[in-house]
Amino acid sequence: MAAEFELTDEMRAAVGVESEPWPVEITTTSVRAFARGVGYTDPKYYDLDAARAEGYDTLPAPPCYLGTPVFIPGKSDPTFSGPRNTGPSIRHGLKGLLDGGTEVVYERPLKAGDKLYMTSKISGLEVKESKGLGKMLVVTSEQTFTEQDSGDVVMRTFAQAIYY
Amino acid sequence: MPKFADVNVGDELPTLDKAPDRAQLVQYCAGSGDFNPLHWDQSFEQAKQIGDNIVHGRMKWSTLGQVVSDWVGGSGWVKSVSCQYRGMDMQGAAWQAKGVVTAKREDGGRKLVDIDVWTENAAGQKTTPGKAVVVLND
Repeated sequence: MAAEFELTDEMRAAVGVESEPWPVEITTTSVRAFARGVGYTDPKYYDLDAARAEGYDTLPAPPCYLGTPVFIPGKSDPTFSGPRNTGPSIRHGLKGLLDGGTEVVYERPLKAGDKLYMTSKISGLEVKESKGLGKMLVVTSEQTFTEQDSGDVVMRTFAQAIYY
Repeated sequence: MPKFADVNVGDELPTLDKAPDRAQLVQYCAGSGDFNPLHWDQSFEQAKQIGDNIVHGRMKWSTLGQVVSDWVGGSGWVKSVSCQYRGMDMQGAAWQAKGVVTAKREDGGRKLVDIDVWTENAAGQKTTPGKAVVVLND
């Protein structure tokens, strides 16, 4: 719990800066792994024949599956699996982390075989105070996912992380 | 599977009953890439403070996606899913994921259905309220 916490100029300067693009893949195996994790029983997320019977040419991606960032030891975060050091980070020193909220907006449905690039930026920083957790830093971020081949945007996500 | 003409405001989506235990959360870790020990390691400091491992917020978000995906089936696709994380759910505890149609509209030639979605714990508290938009084929 942080009794005192203030935003610094360095933190504010990180807002709005776009990260370097990082490759994100959707594969048949990654779709199955995500569907298992959520607990889907719908066969179209597992079985190619079942997917084809519904008119898909391969396994569709379940909603809220954001693809799997390519993992490279030393460059990827060992806990959260996303890229590290591709953009500005907030050096806040707070140890606790809670998810505040999440949104995904698709331009088209995603499917196995999609190869994307993800960029991320911090869109807002806010210090709040709660009775239970004390001073908290709420970091709002946006991620944009584009097709590697065309550059077309296929998905955007918006997230709130709460550090305390 | 829903057809746009037959969908009405107030329609309830089939409820999903969930009670993901630690083993299921480990599977979600593997599928999502989020290996935060808060969700699988009982000796992790934050888990000890809370009293147990808790369900990933994003697993509940993804389950809201499942409610909508199960309802739509092959008759459309999910355009968006959002939620806020208002309360924790402990591993192994029962909760439900629900949805209700709040609007239907046409935009740019697309047939859209707006849905309120949420997870609800055994005490009836909405721990993860959210919204989804679905595109129906016809």
